[in-house]
Amino acid sequence: MVENKSEIRNPKSEIKDSKSEQGNKIVTSKLNVWYDGKQALKDISLNVEMNEIMGVIGPSNSGKTSFLETLNRLNELYPGSRTEGQVLLDGKDIFKEIDKHLLRKKVGIVFALPLPLPLSIFDNVAYGPRLHGIKDKKKITELVEQSLKSAAIWDEVKDRLKENAFKLSGGQQQRLCIARTLAVEPDVVLYDEPCSGLDPISTLKIEEAMRELKKIYTQVLVTNNVKQSARVSDRTAFFLMGEMIELGATTQIFTSPKDKRTDDYISGRFG
Amino acid sequence: MINEGIRATFDQELKELSDQVMAMGITVMEMIKKSMNAFNKSDEKLAQEVIKLDDRVDKYNQDIETKCVQLLATQQPMAKDLRIIASTMRIISDIERMGDYMVDVTKFARRLMGKPKLASAGDVPKMAELVEKMLQETLDAISKKDLELITKVVEDDENVDAALRNMFDTAMLEIEKRPLSAREAIYQLFMARYLERVADHITNVCERVYYMETGELKELHV
Repeated sequence: MVENKSEIRNPKSEIKDSKSEQGNKIVTSKLNVWYDGKQALKDISLNVEMNEIMGVIGPSNSGKTSFLETLNRLNELYPGSRTEGQVLLDGKDIFKEIDKHLLRKKVGIVFALPLPLPLSIFDNVAYGPRLHGIKDKKKITELVEQSLKSAAIWDEVKDRLKENAFKLSGGQQQRLCIARTLAVEPDVVLYDEPCSGLDPISTLKIEEAMRELKKIYTQVLVTNNVKQSARVSDRTAFFLMGEMIELGATTQIFTSPKDKRTDDYISGRFG
Repeated sequence: MINEGIRATFDQELKELSDQVMAMGITVMEMIKKSMNAFNKSDEKLAQEVIKLDDRVDKYNQDIETKCVQLLATQQPMAKDLRIIASTMRIISDIERMGDYMVDVTKFARRLMGKPKLASAGDVPKMAELVEKMLQETLDAISKKDLELITKVVEDDENVDAALRNMFDTAMLEIEKRPLSAREAIYQLFMARYLERVADHITNVCERVYYMETGELKELHV
């Protein structure tokens, strides 16, 4: 299903084959963020590879959400926020070379609580594309269908697209929100605790959708559920008090972390 | 910041798991000791006891494996905890094999009971002593998390291998010189061969202990 979507996105085929197109989607260097003079991120230098799912784990106040929100400059919405350092998206400085609104289109975000708009299921997904000026009804219909398919919710809603989105269950609403994010054709999808309020089956459905989405998107997943990062991420970064303590292949982080603090956190000894 | 008590129950369960592995290993040490006493003194009763002890080893194997699976399911361990449980499952299967080999050694000891002792009969208990020491040191390494001890055990395994080679040569000479004692020489050689296999399983355990502590899977046995 995801393959079809990419055809719609770009006839020349934008499919990013991780084997043929290697490299970094996002590179941060010495990224520092403050809120009202209080430092939330300290010298974060890392890379997010093309088409990977990067998990970011850490206890509360470790800076994981600040990190996520800096990637599409949502952090700037908080009064008193200040950023230093560099974030490159496809080699371009997101603070200097990319328009903020274009950046937020390219780097979509899914939040912890599903926030459907008080509209029909169809209109929820069509909202973004319409806002970005797409008027062709056929194109919008295609985008809605493909986005719902990619978010693994199409089969459940295809016969009730005109119903109000609030009629969906929590897990369905969250997948609808993922579909809404995908409908504006981002390159990167950020997730902030996407399954925190969901039952195990809905959680697994979203994780499965994320694995499918890997074929096209680069994804960054912030989660308090370390086992979720173990299940879906290719690499995992451990944050603690605004610093990145360790970044490694998920298999390495969860079996043989190098730093004792990582070991203690993921084995549930603090946090 | 680290709250030592936060996983107190799980930590206690891991400790109990380790205690059970110790007890299982100590049972095999007892088997080695008793088996050699049975051999030296031609004591059938002791031989029977060794065979009975293997049932205890098998029971430990089952109980510990069950506990490991339960802990995997209920605690979903990560990082070092995960390595401890995964390694424990391998370690107990090695110790279980050691028990089986000691039964084999004892069965040959029984066959030799009442037969005239060969000149080389003392070599088998000497080898067994070395193997028992290796096992003792491995158990110490587990409880003390001592990687240096492990290196020592692996070096000792080479001595066991060398002893087997010598015993093979001796047995050949014995058979050539006194063909009528061929049967005894071969039985003894089998005992030595099984003891050497026990030593190999001990080095396997050492590799698991090394992995448990370092996260690195390394072939220590050359």
